Amino acid sequence: MEIVRSQRKISAGDVAVISTFPLYRTPPVLEVRLDDFELFAIDRLRVLKGISDGLSRGKKPDEIERLVNDLWKSHIRHPQASESETINKDIISHFVLRLVYCRTEELRKWFLSMETTLFRYRFKLEGFESQRAILAEFNLPYKAVSNAEYKSVEEKLTQVARSLGQSVTRSDDIFYKVPFEEVPELVAGRKVYVHKGHAYVAMNQVVSLVVTQFRSNLSKALILTNRKWTSMISDKEKNRLTPIVEALSTSYLGPDYSEAKGFGEISLKDLDRVANSSFPLCMRHLFDKLKEDHHLKHGGRMQLGLFLKGVGLPLDDALTFWKSEFSKKVGPDKFDKEYAYGIRHNYGKEGKRVDYTPYSCQKIITSAPGVGDHHGCPYRHFSEDNLRAALNKMGVSSRAMSDVMDKVRNKHFQLACTLTFEAIHGSSCDAGINHPNQYFSDSQKILQSKVLLNNPSA
Amino acid sequence: MTRDEAKNDRDDMLIDGPDYQNPNPNLISDGFNASYLKVYYSKLFPYSDMFKWMSYGNDGKHPGCDSSYFGRRELSFTLDNDIYLRFQSFKTASELESAVKEKCPFKIDIGPVYSVDPSKRHAYAQTGDNVFKPVERELIFDIDMTDYDDIRYCCSGADVCRDCWPLMTAAIKIIDIALRDDFGFNHILWVFSGRRGVHCWVCDAKARRLTNEQRAAIAEYFHVYKGNENSQKKVSLGGPGLHPFLVRSYTEVLKKFFEETYLSSQMLLSSEERYEKVLEMIPDESITSELRGKWQDNRRSSKEDTNVFRWGQLKHVLQSGKQKGQGLRKCVEEIVFSYTYPRLDSEVTKHMNHLLKAPFCVHPKTGRVCVPIDPNNCEDFDPTNVPTLSQLLEELNRESLGEDVETDLERTSLGKSIALFRSSFLQPLLKSCKEELEDSYNKKLQQSKDSLTW
Ligand SMILES: [Zn+2]
Repeated sequence: MEIVRSQRKISAGDVAVISTFPLYRTPPVLEVRLDDFELFAIDRLRVLKGISDGLSRGKKPDEIERLVNDLWKSHIRHPQASESETINKDIISHFVLRLVYCRTEELRKWFLSMETTLFRYRFKLEGFESQRAILAEFNLPYKAVSNAEYKSVEEKLTQVARSLGQSVTRSDDIFYKVPFEEVPELVAGRKVYVHKGHAYVAMNQVVSLVVTQFRSNLSKALILTNRKWTSMISDKEKNRLTPIVEALSTSYLGPDYSEAKGFGEISLKDLDRVANSSFPLCMRHLFDKLKEDHHLKHGGRMQLGLFLKGVGLPLDDALTFWKSEFSKKVGPDKFDKEYAYGIRHNYGKEGKRVDYTPYSCQKIITSAPGVGDHHGCPYRHFSEDNLRAALNKMGVSSRAMSDVMDKVRNKHFQLACTLTFEAIHGSSCDAGINHPNQYFSDSQKILQSKVLLNNPSA
Repeated sequence: MTRDEAKNDRDDMLIDGPDYQNPNPNLISDGFNASYLKVYYSKLFPYSDMFKWMSYGNDGKHPGCDSSYFGRRELSFTLDNDIYLRFQSFKTASELESAVKEKCPFKIDIGPVYSVDPSKRHAYAQTGDNVFKPVERELIFDIDMTDYDDIRYCCSGADVCRDCWPLMTAAIKIIDIALRDDFGFNHILWVFSGRRGVHCWVCDAKARRLTNEQRAAIAEYFHVYKGNENSQKKVSLGGPGLHPFLVRSYTEVLKKFFEETYLSSQMLLSSEERYEKVLEMIPDESITSELRGKWQDNRRSSKEDTNVFRWGQLKHVLQSGKQKGQGLRKCVEEIVFSYTYPRLDSEVTKHMNHLLKAPFCVHPKTGRVCVPIDPNNCEDFDPTNVPTLSQLLEELNRESLGEDVETDLERTSLGKSIALFRSSFLQPLLKSCKEELEDSYNKKLQQSKDSLTW
């Protein structure tokens, strides 16, 4: 295990703070208790999801910096934990999540992006000396620009600094000369002087250099992990770990909505009304398709069925509802034989398992609907035209529509859903939409408060 | 067609237009005709030059050559009946030649080099590990005159003339210098898109291996436009000073071009309608009303060009000591950038798998050949003087069809373009490809020797 220990001085006082900064180059050799395996991973996942939410809500760099610091403190670095416990937790949780998130391209992409963001902001929180030590640890082949060379480009470096609104550079400032490919974000923002294929990176910009390196190392490692994880872990271990790993990759860290709270039950007769007023688009689409086709394929039955359970539709009502629709197509006998079991199962007492809780947005967005499927997230899986038509039907104004489509184009599907919610309900939803059942309950809260306002005596 | 492809196609959408639905062989215009195209493909199209280019030295006998290289390149054909064939691939120049002659594509697009032969991609699709993916692709740029419609008054849409074409010349200069001096690239091919724009192919080995992220970074480096149709200011240079790249672009190209050419040729400050557009970019009412006051009164000194005279007044007012704000002083540069700085279609540049029309194709609407442009003499390039299909065939006929394809070619006005392609692009490119090939082969050899001695 490689750990850079360095001293970091807080500028105001003289308190020396020991900081530790693993680069995750080798997996932990220490033994990991299975409980810790899962708990540590969930804590790190909370950090990464927190970052993900922050980014998709368009937080600015300084806000993300504060967010990362807070998330790290509350989930990884507990105040009563010793320093070595924190490092262990950091490293173990990182490597567990590598196992979880190495398995598909999409999971890798998300993990890579969040871990890199985490790394970037943790690096920025380090002091100057510590940053240099970490840079050295990466063993990059770049040398600081010599004095003579500095003189030859001084004018250009000064121009760059001025264009960034920074004080003019001094000859004792350190610059690294690196291939421009290594610092794409600095090139993109014209934040460096680029000459003959090299970028002149100032010391206060090395975070870009380190981040590029970190990401490229991690990206390769994830692909390797995916290929090798079967051989890395013994069969006995595999049987124990696989379910945990699988559950973690689709886990959603908010309330699980497996039992309806706060609104009591919704009965069959109310279903059409609440579907119209409070279902998010993904569920409304399934609901409409079921009424239209009298059938839904497995993915759709699961997504809608579990959602209805979370909304508070009792099992008997659920059976009546599904049967009334399916019977029109397959007949009541076939329904009883082939489909009723699945509905009952969804309501089963072993409902604590991940599979029987209503699907979160994360899970719906990453699902892969095929031919004839209607489940999934419309913001992600619909064509632009179909999505426009669907939103139109929900009553989204054309003005709000363009904002929604904008989020969709930038792949912020949950934000698109949040904007839809806000457009339809005419009130804001600051927490954002993370779960279809949350959409439902937030919607009901707003509608019920409106009813109270209109009928104060009620 | 995916959206990307459709976008890539917009220059040539007229392929599907009514002119070509039912080509009538008796009605030969001076533009374009499918049967003429057949002759062009059999007599003039430079297959072996194209093959040599896109082989990057891998077609030789050297043991370091990768003989699969050219065969992993995607070409796509657009046929006259609106059929779009993607993922075509060819192992040799003669395979390419016979396919082009047989299918007679109205357009040939060049895609990336994939990890495996793109025509066999389905065989790899089942393995699940994404084996089929682009691994190399030239860094490309697409500049289209339609993107300049809000700042040219001589033409709009598909038309170009000698008054607006210099916008392309300025773009070529700025991008070409930056690609060489800033990014260190050497093997750059500029090509007339056949109608109203230019394409650029950067072919250095390290350019071909750039990731999408790195491509996007370069595209952003060149990008100065913020805002959209509905925002007043198209260029915001921000910050108290300009980046060295923008400084150079301004002092070496744009300032001179704007003040000495474009200002007068488009009469940017002559009429009220036009100068109001310029004044919109100045965020200070007192200044704009001062200038407006001077300009509304139409008397002017007889000798000097009104536009030049008024530009002098504008600069004087903005840059005089009275105006303390840096922001206002930058207005002059911002106006010049707005009217003359290159407008790139950056989506084309950002993605490795974007297709781009091959050089030496014939544009179906204009009948003009997509010939190379020499960046060192780009002022001399005249889009209205580019050889057309019918002109070339006339030249062939006049000279009576020869026995040798090579001499046929040299006799036509396309000969000069091919010569330029070879001397300024292909030969230097192949020379450095050979050096790189030997270099990396020797390194590999050295490595295996080292391990043997252990
Ligand atoms: Zn024109």
